[in-house]
Amino acid sequence: MSTTTVAHHDEHHDHPTGIMRWLTTTNHKDIGTMYLTFSLIMFLVGGSMILGIRAELFKPGLQLMNPEFFNQLIGVHALIMIFAALMPAATGFANWMLPLQIGAPDMALPRLNNWGFWILPPSAILLTLPFTLALFGVGDGALATGWTFYPPLSVQGGIGVDFAIFAVHLLGISSVLGSINIIVTIYNMRAPGMTLMKMPMFAWGWLITAFLLIATIPVLAGAVTMLLTDRHFGTHFFDAAGGGDPIMFQHLFWFFGHPEVYILLLPVWGFIPQILQTFSRKPMYGYKAQVYSLWAIGALAVVVWAHHFFTAGMPVPALLYFMYSTMAISLPLAVLFYCWIRTMWKGSMSFETPMLFTVGWIILFGIGGLTGLVLADVAADAQYHNSYFVVAHFHYTLFAGGIMGIMAGVYYWLPKMTGHMYNEKLGKLHFWLTAISFNVTFIPQFFVGLAGMPRRIPDYALQFAEFNMISSIGAFVLGLSQLLFVYNIVSCARGGKKATDQVWEGAQGLEWTLPSPPPYHSFTEQPVVK
Amino acid sequence: MASHSENHYFVPHGSIYPALISVGLLSLASGFVFNVTGSDTRMDGSIKNPALTYLATPGKYMMYLGLAIILFMMFKWLSSVVTESLTGQYKKWEDKSFRIGMIVFICSEVAFFAAFFGALFYMRVLSVPDLASYAPDITPYKDFLSTWPSQGPGGTVLGESYKPDQAFHPMSWSGLPLINTLLLLSSGATITWAHWGLIKNNRKQLVIGLFLTIALGVTFLICQAAEYHHAYTEMGLTLKSGAYGATFFMLTGFHGFHVTIGTLMLIVIWLRSIKGHFTPEHHFGFEGVAWYWHFVDVVWLGLYIFVYML
Repeated sequence: MSTTTVAHHDEHHDHPTGIMRWLTTTNHKDIGTMYLTFSLIMFLVGGSMILGIRAELFKPGLQLMNPEFFNQLIGVHALIMIFAALMPAATGFANWMLPLQIGAPDMALPRLNNWGFWILPPSAILLTLPFTLALFGVGDGALATGWTFYPPLSVQGGIGVDFAIFAVHLLGISSVLGSINIIVTIYNMRAPGMTLMKMPMFAWGWLITAFLLIATIPVLAGAVTMLLTDRHFGTHFFDAAGGGDPIMFQHLFWFFGHPEVYILLLPVWGFIPQILQTFSRKPMYGYKAQVYSLWAIGALAVVVWAHHFFTAGMPVPALLYFMYSTMAISLPLAVLFYCWIRTMWKGSMSFETPMLFTVGWIILFGIGGLTGLVLADVAADAQYHNSYFVVAHFHYTLFAGGIMGIMAGVYYWLPKMTGHMYNEKLGKLHFWLTAISFNVTFIPQFFVGLAGMPRRIPDYALQFAEFNMISSIGAFVLGLSQLLFVYNIVSCARGGKKATDQVWEGAQGLEWTLPSPPPYHSFTEQPVVK
Repeated sequence: MASHSENHYFVPHGSIYPALISVGLLSLASGFVFNVTGSDTRMDGSIKNPALTYLATPGKYMMYLGLAIILFMMFKWLSSVVTESLTGQYKKWEDKSFRIGMIVFICSEVAFFAAFFGALFYMRVLSVPDLASYAPDITPYKDFLSTWPSQGPGGTVLGESYKPDQAFHPMSWSGLPLINTLLLLSSGATITWAHWGLIKNNRKQLVIGLFLTIALGVTFLICQAAEYHHAYTEMGLTLKSGAYGATFFMLTGFHGFHVTIGTLMLIVIWLRSIKGHFTPEHHFGFEGVAWYWHFVDVVWLGLYIFVYML
């Protein structure tokens, strides 16, 4: 066997240091760290953009910026938070934790993994470059269409739309590469004995996420490509004069856009039950029911898209179909909620920071889910559509359900990743400040939305003044509280109380059998799962 | 020792190529934006952004630079993969990773084409009949006919002229497209024949089979170029010819782009076969290309039915 004698560990004992380590790395932990760091930075960038918006909305009338710039901030805020903060955070966790949780030596396709990360910084540059270019008289700034790119506005828009189109293309390539890698890793790299139904829930959450990404991200790429040719090469995809239809873009966009919501949330639904069982000190309730519910949600996710534009006009049977199918998603989701709560039931619970975030997450994400049911109602939606009620709703799902879930994961795994305990007092303070100021920010938006305040408008009627002022104050407290989060992470990475291997008393799973932090190459021999 | 190797998964050395490809992508994308911003014209031929025309040329060079970086780095990257394969780093376990990865990648390509097929069906079934159904006194699109192929209304709508220079003729299903269908179908057969040759360790059959597949692919591309030329110069059918022109050229164009990539991949594995790479047991590089080629083949059948015939 001439082939076996050459191949041994000779190829990866040492690695370059400094910047070259990060540019060239094929190590899943290095790449995971880069994803998480990038996500944190972009979270702050996207957050400061929206603080500009809240500052403008502090009082009625135009104070700080012209409406065009206001629109640009809103669109880029959303794209950054979704594509450059939430998705990379989930991918970062997948990189760090999947190989540890399923007993794999590394991700299955390490160089592809590295490429998947290094596409992100260029896309972030493409998204934000038009702001800088505008200062030099080139173009009129970033895309001002909101993150949804609706034509005809996006066909008429300036250079910012082109840059955003290409940013989305690159982010899409990155997501597809990441998904390929995760699917292959889960199917091919599990430890001997770990059947699919013995996998950690996080692996299930990510597997279904990856399938959704593979099915929908290319459709978004196709849709923005049509936009690009409509803008520059004279096609009529979204132009009624040539037989096209602007509403067709909405169909294509939301065929991606609705599954995107679950793409952001499914990884979180994966590790939330793991955190719950750790701090309730009992096994998670209804493993099988949760897996089947995740599949059901993943399948329903791709057939409900049109509820995002009920008011754009479609036949009544279509309205009814999209209403009922959307509401059907609440059934598997209710199963998940039941399992999460039942996991805590009669558990020996303790409330360290990750658990605080998780319990807060269940309550706030629950509010996000319930307000979604109202929006899915065709008759009621005419009143809610395009109002601040929608903004409040999706921030309960994406900030509370997404970002706060990610924060729970960060506090849960930070000691494992860094080898140090974070500052528990600061962590708890961070939770309470975040949870309270989040509600102060967004509860008023439900009210102004119901009363008819439209979203994406820099000015508003005087009757909304008080609520907007409260909301802005909440937003600034929320934004500033995140500095605590950054401080806690940085100081934890630099030092602190040594973390044990198991870290948490009730922690179960392969990742807790390794030292904290795990060695550079974790499972050189695969563990056997019984 | 042997059991240790069985459990050992090959994690490659660090590599700078992925990060440099991303630099190339950034240069390509931003160069493209600068170029179109500087050179965009309106329907009447006037320059859209007269103050920014100076961007067009640097944008073009940024595109060339980006493309060159991407191609060169991909070449380097794939070369190191080939070297690793030849030195026996990839065994059954790694091989399975590549197989699953390639299948998932092809699935994502299917989803990309689905977007354009979706646009075609939406326009034919919904938006074109819809636009023609409005009462003449309320629609700005007065001459709109609910027929397919559609090129939109005649004359001027809302201040912009939508009338193509000349009425176009739709592309017929017979003639060149039929020849192209036969070319691609036979190329699917020749690559399978080459695969049989590889499995039987009949190297001559492998090399000839691959050569025939490449020849068929290149002939297909030449025929498609001729078809496009004919459409633009004689049939008045362009990218701007309403819903039909847009879907026709985007679907066949992206397919042609994929055939081009597939042909390049075929040329690579053909040269590798001549050099003696691939064994009857171990030839994922060959199979990955073959799968891709069959995928391109199947997409063409979809195109032929829904774009040309129906």
